[in-house]
Amino acid sequence: MSIQVSTPVEELEAAELQAVGLSAAAQKRQDYLAKLLNLAKSKPLDVAGAAWVQALRDQAANLVQEQMFPSTRDEEWRFTDLADLLQVSLQAEGSGAGVTLEAIAPYLLPEAATSRLVFVDGHYAPELSAVDDLPETLLIGNLGRLATDARLQPYLAKQAGAEELFTALNTAGMQDAAVLFAPKNLVVETPIHLLFITTAGSVAKLTLPRTLVIAEPQSALTILEEYVTIGEGTYLTTPVSEIWVSDNAQVHHSRIQRDHASAFHIGKTAVSQERDARYTCNAISLGAQLSRHHLEIYQTGEQTETHLNGLTLIRDAQVGDLHSTIALTQPYGVTRQLQKCIVGDRAHAVFNGKVFVPKLAQQTDAGQLNRNLLLSPKARVDTKPQLEIVADNVKCTHGATVSQLDDDEVFYLQSRGIDAATAQTLLVYAFAYEILDQIPVESLKQSLSAIASQVV
Amino acid sequence: MIVENSEVILSVRDLTADVDGTPILKGLNLEIKAGEIHAIMGPNGSGKSTFSKVLAGHPAYEVTGGEVLYKGQNLFDLEPEERARSGVFLAFQYPLEIPGVSNLDFLRVAYNSKRKHEGLEEVDAFDFDELVQQKLDVVKMRAEFLSRSVNEGFSGGEKKRNEILQMALLEPTLAILDETDSGLDIDALKTVAGGVNQLSKPDNATLLITHYQRLLDYIVPDFVHVMEGGRILTTGGKELALELESRGYDWVREEEMAEVGAS
Ligand SMILES: Nc1ncnc2c1ncn2[C@@H]1O[C@H](COP(=O)(O)OP(=O)(O)O)[C@@H](O)[C@H]1O
Ligand SMILES: [Mg+2]
Repeated sequence: MSIQVSTPVEELEAAELQAVGLSAAAQKRQDYLAKLLNLAKSKPLDVAGAAWVQALRDQAANLVQEQMFPSTRDEEWRFTDLADLLQVSLQAEGSGAGVTLEAIAPYLLPEAATSRLVFVDGHYAPELSAVDDLPETLLIGNLGRLATDARLQPYLAKQAGAEELFTALNTAGMQDAAVLFAPKNLVVETPIHLLFITTAGSVAKLTLPRTLVIAEPQSALTILEEYVTIGEGTYLTTPVSEIWVSDNAQVHHSRIQRDHASAFHIGKTAVSQERDARYTCNAISLGAQLSRHHLEIYQTGEQTETHLNGLTLIRDAQVGDLHSTIALTQPYGVTRQLQKCIVGDRAHAVFNGKVFVPKLAQQTDAGQLNRNLLLSPKARVDTKPQLEIVADNVKCTHGATVSQLDDDEVFYLQSRGIDAATAQTLLVYAFAYEILDQIPVESLKQSLSAIASQVV
Repeated sequence: MIVENSEVILSVRDLTADVDGTPILKGLNLEIKAGEIHAIMGPNGSGKSTFSKVLAGHPAYEVTGGEVLYKGQNLFDLEPEERARSGVFLAFQYPLEIPGVSNLDFLRVAYNSKRKHEGLEEVDAFDFDELVQQKLDVVKMRAEFLSRSVNEGFSGGEKKRNEILQMALLEPTLAILDETDSGLDIDALKTVAGGVNQLSKPDNATLLITHYQRLLDYIVPDFVHVMEGGRILTTGGKELALELESRGYDWVREEEMAEVGAS
């Protein structure tokens, strides 16, 4: 068992490195990035007649070109080594057709039976989607169909942090996107299920799922964004979701990552919150051999409320990384972050939680807690709270804990006739429950709970 | 109650046990028959809790010698959960808090483990609810405690009642109550004692561990054993507890010394 609270290493700027010439390893990474970009650029744009989307792709491709592929010498990637990804030879994929409703049945949610958008390998799958009985003014569908709606253009690919390498890569290859637009005052109680499927097989693919959510003033949305796999095999998926929460609007967002155990998942959620906006994220990360989630909150108005609940549940040699940023800019913001990691076998959890509280963000109330449960002596966690507080009249707290299953607790349960394995399962489940309980849809909560109960 | 020719439930012979390499139990002998209530009294640190945890199978305690037969079977052949399922129950001196595990779920899982062991069908949530409601009366516990996490935020007395509630559900053959009286006010003590008395039957046995005589006003033991330095020094009837109360443990120690000297 090990816990590391890190200190910065020297960062090398891309330009600096290029000036001195690349090492063989760096050259290999750049070659890989060039291939990634070509793959992304070769993705067909499923949006007919939308030159503005193509323009976004081209701009983003330029952004990718200027960057270095990360290595563990970059502070931001110090604990998350992409070396294994470099061994995966990604190929252009086929059409993504052939997935049946029957095949995705395990992932369908009765609570969202007629509020579901399904994408397969980045392509919208109308035959698997179901949109019915929703308020007429709610714009819901795929960008391919909705791109001519002038309301979307000011938002797509406009969220802060768009230049980050994997975000830009996604934009550079944007084929289509799940789109939700709740106009002013529209409250949608039905949860909306966004199901992104990658079909895995002998060919390792690159998939670039994309989501755009806009909640206009006083509107409310509940979103279940889920990443799953049909089939077996490795692939790289780099999804990006942009969420805009306007004045007094509320977005309750659950993001479930259960990619195949050989997958690489490097994802982004970028959220902006205007005045009095409320945003909740329950980010559950279970799958992939390596997963990284950039969760970024940009406060653009006063008195916002932000709740980030996270559960990373990994085993074997999985790596699960959450890099979160809460960038406050205005007074009276309230943020609550609870990130829990359950780490078994030789798995490795990484948490980096940045909170920026500049001078203008007076009266901020920010709390961050990272709790880790290590189930094996070889399990590892690296945790780094990173609070940068300039404002002087604020309340900011943070903490990190690492624990193991308590022998006395296990014994107590055993002494009531519960076998050791079940006792351990109960205790792990109890640890996870605090987060799983936040999932607003019972069927999804149940299926995730079942997974959490199998981890020991 | 002492029953002629009743079955031997627990037979402990020359038991020795270590914690972290330190000998704590140093040759303990005890026999308990069906129907009987035994009390072990002794000063703090004499090894009473150690003895109870050895019987329940806590992994931190290493048995180094002697034997313990439970209904004729070697107790140490059984895992802790198997002991529990076959009727050994320890009410903990310090019951643990288990945040996130609902008390009701915990009780049901425990109850069903025992049912399964006995070859009976597991009881579903609905039927279990009904059963547990009846058992709540035994300890005069409010139903709201069922929906809370196991012992989390319970007062000392509530935790002890919760232990007896578990005992009422599991109906053990051998109930070991470690300092169940400590931290209880007189009303709670009466309630808990009433529960234990109600659960005591001719076919089961109870081992009370305490260092005060107070509990024994409400649960009347058939035998009182005095423990000191990891051994039973002397055994008597219920009047021994009163004598201990008035004369202290030193008196037993001296008697023992005298006996050793004489022999
Ligand atoms: N886990 C432990 N590690 C080390 N010593 C222990 C442990 N548990 C008990 N002991 C020691 O064993 C002795 C007996 O303790 P215990 O069985 O709790 O006595 P009692 O219940 O009679 O007060 C004490 O000296 C105590 O310090
Ligand atoms: Mg004790």
